[in-house]
Amino acid sequence: MNIPENLRYADSHEWILVDGDTATVGITDHAQAELTDIVFAEPPKPGSTFSAGQVSAVVESVKAASDIYSPVSGEVTESNDELAANPSLLNTDPYGAGWIFKIRLSNPAEVEALKDSAAYAGHIAR
Amino acid sequence: MIQSTVLKEKHIAAGARMMEFAGWDMPVQYAGILDEYHTVRGACGVFDISHMGEFFVRGPGACAWLESLLVSRVSKLLVGEAQYSILLNEAGGVIDDLYVYRIQELEFLLIVNASKIDEDEAWMRSHLAGEVTFENCSNLFSALAVQGPNSPAIFKKCFGRELPSMRNRILEFERGGESLWVATTGYTGEVGFEVVCRNDQVGGLWDSLLLAGCLPCGLGARDVLRLEMAYPLNGSDLGYERTPLEAGLGFFVDLSKESFVGRDVLIAQKLAGIPSRLTAMVIDGKSPPMRSHYAVYSGETQIAETTSGGLSPALGTAIAMAYLPSEYATPDTELSIDVRGRRYPARVIKKPFLKKTK
Repeated sequence: MNIPENLRYADSHEWILVDGDTATVGITDHAQAELTDIVFAEPPKPGSTFSAGQVSAVVESVKAASDIYSPVSGEVTESNDELAANPSLLNTDPYGAGWIFKIRLSNPAEVEALKDSAAYAGHIAR
Repeated sequence: MIQSTVLKEKHIAAGARMMEFAGWDMPVQYAGILDEYHTVRGACGVFDISHMGEFFVRGPGACAWLESLLVSRVSKLLVGEAQYSILLNEAGGVIDDLYVYRIQELEFLLIVNASKIDEDEAWMRSHLAGEVTFENCSNLFSALAVQGPNSPAIFKKCFGRELPSMRNRILEFERGGESLWVATTGYTGEVGFEVVCRNDQVGGLWDSLLLAGCLPCGLGARDVLRLEMAYPLNGSDLGYERTPLEAGLGFFVDLSKESFVGRDVLIAQKLAGIPSRLTAMVIDGKSPPMRSHYAVYSGETQIAETTSGGLSPALGTAIAMAYLPSEYATPDTELSIDVRGRRYPARVIKKPFLKKTK
């Protein structure tokens, strides 16, 4: 299971990559493996705002729809338009081309509450 | 208590993801639902369907008794033939849909849905009449469904004989000194066969089928395959609230029989006009997969709720079924389906979703 060390993780299986005052959000390799074949993704619209832990996107596998939670609070600055045409990017490249949205952090301190890769590895091993 | 089939360990060894279905711990997928779907449409897959129930009905009165409970004309079956049928309650609602196999002149095998084994048994026992014995052997038997265009070749490899070319046939033969049944029935729309055997035979059969080139397939793929064919799933598309006429299963109902449970209601419904129809709808263009219990709209009026839905790999679009009021159930009617507050345009089509050219 791929768990990059430069990312932070939410218990609900999203990752974030912080770059200055914005962060990129996606789902983890573990999450995509659990969800299986993803056939539809509905990223949030730019301009929408979320608080940490709020449902911000939906991905659907053949079998079921799953909510994606924003790991941090803020305003969406960009969403991944590629996912509409190619939702399987979430399976094939969850930490790269399968990113879901970018968010401007309204409370950067929240990042500290997220797990590092070792803690997330422990979380999914339980 | 959750039950397991004999093959559970083999499923896990093959990489299955297990899930509860109808009280059974069943494989939902191995390689992936879409991969398995393509295996069945293009090659050959094997499904463990041991959770399904096996009833034996025997005796001089067996045929007449089944005719009094089931909607179809069971007496039309010759030995070695099979028929899809439906068990109704007094109100004409569906208790279960099932397959009837005439395995001897005076002996019938019924294969019923796993979720309905106990209820079917109780219902049938409470209606026992005539010279009939009824036996629920679900715990003694296992079953496999082998489906896909390569299944005749797989059959020949495994059993050293030709698969009967006619659908809805059943034959009994010996393999390794044990007898088993093979039926040319299935739930995927592909050519194939189903094997019913004693529990202790199924492990060896499973291994031989994989060795012959079958890939294991789970209930996830099975649901996509059956939905593309618009085959109803009991509990989702069938239930007490709807008659088989509303479900579009009138073909299997023989109203010329003198009597069977539910017949009067069906005749009255036919005379009064069938109020709703289980209808196929496609979503043209990009949309999420449809699911059950999504609201169906005509204009701004909700007219129905979906009973099944998904994404059709063959059509590349989302698909759904719903009981639409009959006036909406004609091809090309434009409707919409609400998914998380957003409406997607839906168009009524003639069933099935996947038109097989054969």
